[in-house]
Amino acid sequence: MTKGQKIRILLGKPGLDGHDRGIKVVARALRDAGIEVIYTGLHQTPEMIASAAIQEDVDAVGLSVLSGAHNHLFLKVIELLKKEGADDIAIFGGGIIPEKDITMLKAAGVGEIFLPGDSTERIIEWVRDNIHPR
Amino acid sequence: MVKKIDEEILKQKEVWEGTILKKRLDQAPERSESFTTVSGAEIDRLYGPWDLPDYDYAHELGFPGQYPYTRGIHPTMYRGRLWTMRQFAGFSSAQETNLRYKYLLSQGTTGLSVAFHMPTIMGICSDSELAAGEVGKCGVAIDSLADMEDLFSGIPLDKVTTSMTTNGPASILLAMYMGVAEKQGVGFDKIGGTIQNDILKEYIAQKSWIFPPRPSMRIITDLLSYCTKSVPRWNTISISGYHIREAGSTAVQELAFTLADGIGYVQAGIEAGIDPDDFAPRLSFFFNAHNDFFEEIAKYRAARRIWARVMKQRFGAKDPRSWMLRFHTQTAGCSLAAQQPMNNVIRTTIQALAAVMGGTQSLHTNSLDETLALPTEQSVTIAVRTQQIIAEESGVANTIDPLGGSYFVEALTNEMEKKALDYIQKIDDMGGIIAAIERGYPQKEIADAAYEYQRRLETGEKVMVGVNKYVMDEAEQIDTLMIDEAVEAEQKKRIENVRQRRDNRRVEETLAALKAAAAGTENLMPRILDAVRSYATLQEMVDTLKGVFGEYRDPGYV
Repeated sequence: MTKGQKIRILLGKPGLDGHDRGIKVVARALRDAGIEVIYTGLHQTPEMIASAAIQEDVDAVGLSVLSGAHNHLFLKVIELLKKEGADDIAIFGGGIIPEKDITMLKAAGVGEIFLPGDSTERIIEWVRDNIHPR
Repeated sequence: MVKKIDEEILKQKEVWEGTILKKRLDQAPERSESFTTVSGAEIDRLYGPWDLPDYDYAHELGFPGQYPYTRGIHPTMYRGRLWTMRQFAGFSSAQETNLRYKYLLSQGTTGLSVAFHMPTIMGICSDSELAAGEVGKCGVAIDSLADMEDLFSGIPLDKVTTSMTTNGPASILLAMYMGVAEKQGVGFDKIGGTIQNDILKEYIAQKSWIFPPRPSMRIITDLLSYCTKSVPRWNTISISGYHIREAGSTAVQELAFTLADGIGYVQAGIEAGIDPDDFAPRLSFFFNAHNDFFEEIAKYRAARRIWARVMKQRFGAKDPRSWMLRFHTQTAGCSLAAQQPMNNVIRTTIQALAAVMGGTQSLHTNSLDETLALPTEQSVTIAVRTQQIIAEESGVANTIDPLGGSYFVEALTNEMEKKALDYIQKIDDMGGIIAAIERGYPQKEIADAAYEYQRRLETGEKVMVGVNKYVMDEAEQIDTLMIDEAVEAEQKKRIENVRQRRDNRRVEETLAALKAAAAGTENLMPRILDAVRSYATLQEMVDTLKGVFGEYRDPGYV
C-alpha cells in the first residue's frame, strides 16, 4: 500500500429496489471527504457488481438494500468475489436490515451495516478506519 | 382579511417593533437567527394583514366546492363524509395478504390499497433469477391472474374500492383486477379504485420503471382512453408527489414536480385525441404529509388552487370536475426514526392532522415500525386508530378548512404557489416534463435537496428527536414482522401450476396479438386483457412489450 493513495469504493444497488436517496447522499458525502466513489446506479445484479468491483480495482464495495432482499444479495456478492479470488475487497452496506440479519451478515464477512439514522460522518469515519488502499 | 393594508395597522406594527419587541430582543435574543421549515423555507416572526396586501377572498379562496377550490373540493367536506381511511398493505403470498385485507376491513378501514412486491412492480415473475431474495418481501407476489383471484377471494369488488400501487406494469395489473371482477360477475362499470400509473415520477424519484418515457406515455394514454369508455369509475392516474418527497425533495419541489407531471399527462391525453373533460375528472393526486405542519397544509391548498387554474385556463377544461384536485395522502416514511420507534406514532399523528386540515380525500397513516420492517398487525391497528381519533375525537373535522384566513397559512399558501409556478415555468421552458426528465433536471434538484437536508441534520440545524438529539441507549428491540423464506419456493410452485393448467397455445396467441398491437397504434388494453384471461404471466406480457418498446436504464445521477 502506497501512502497518500486515495481509497476507492464502489457503491452498488443490487436487486430491484429503487430507493437510492440514501446511497446517493452517502456517495456525495464520501466524495466530499476525499474518497473516490464509483456509483453503479440502480437495478444491478450481484454479478454486475462483483465484476465492476474487480474491473475498477476498488478497495471496498458498499451495498444498499431497502427492499428486504439483503440476505440473498449481500451473500451473493461475497460469494462471487470469493470465487474470483477478490475476497480482499471489503464489503459494507446499509438499509432496512433487522438485527438478527446483521449478526448473520457480519459473520459472513460484511464489515459493517449502517442503519436509518446513522450519520454520514459515522460512515466516513468507519471507512477511514477500516478501508485501506490495497 | 383586508383588501387594502390598513395604514394604521402598519404604523402600529412599526411602533411595536421599535418598542415592545425591541426591548424583548435586547434582553433575550430568539432561539435562532432564522427559523425555517423542514424544507428550509424562511419563516417570519409574525404574519398579519401586511402579508396579504390587496387580498381578494373570492379570487384566491372562494367557497368549498367552488373554483379555485382552495378551501376544499366538496361543499360540506368532512361534515358530509369523512376521508377514506386507506391503509397500504401487501406482503408474502396473495392468500396471506387477503387475510390482512379482511382484518383491515373488519377494523373499519374503508378502502383497500395493494402493495406489490418488487418483482411485480418491475414486471418480473417470482421464478426469475432477478427475483431471487425479493419474493413477498416488501409487498405481495402477483405473477398472474391466478394470484389476483386469491388476493381478492371473498371480497366483492363492487363493495370495496381498491388502490393499486403499480406503474410500469399498471395496465397489466388493472387488467388482472378486471379479470377478477369478471370472474365475480361484477361489471367493469361497477368497479372503483385507483391505479397509480404515474410513470413520470418513477424516472424522477421512485425509480421503478420498465420502458423508456415515450412508449410509457403511450401505454398510459391507451389506458386513459380505454378506461374513460369502459371502466368509468376508475381513477386512471394517481399523480404522485409522495415518492418525490421521500426521495428528498422540498415541499415546493414535491408540489411543483407533481403538478408538472400532471400537466404532462393532460398534454399527452390531448395529443392522443382525448378531450380533457373526458379523462381529467378521473385523475387524482397523491401527496406526502411531512412533519412541518403549516407548510404541508399550505402545500395542499396551493395544489388545489394551481391545478384548478391550470385545467381551466391552460387546458380550457369546461367540466368543474376537471378542475378539482382530489388527493390521497400518506404520512412521511422518511420522517420516521428507527431509534425510539414508539415516537413515530406522534410524528404520524401530526402529519395525519396536517393532511386532514389540508382537505385530503383519503389517508394512509404509517405504522411505528416501518423503519424496521413491514408493519405488524398491532402497529397497523395503532395507525388506523390514529385516523379514527382525529376523525371522531379531535373535532378538526367539524368545520371546513379550519386554517383558512390565518395570515400565516394564507401567506405560506401564496408563497408555495408562486415558487411552484416558477418551477413549472422552468420545466415548460425546457420543453415539458419529459424533456426535463431526460436531461435529469428534477432528479438533480431532488438529490441536491436530499444532501442539503442530511447536512442540516448532521450539523444539528434540523432536529430528529432520538436520532440527533435526546438520544438514548436502547436495549429493547420491538417485535417486527418477518417474511418466511419459504414464500419464494411456494410462489415458484404456484407459477409452475399455472403454466401447467393453462392452454399454452392460447397464451402464445394472445401474446402475439399484444406484440402486434404494441408495434402498431391499436389500443393495448383489450390485448392485455385477453392475455390476462389466458393466464399469461406478468413477465410474459412485460417481456413481449419490452421486445417492442425497449427498456429504461438508470442514468445514475449522483
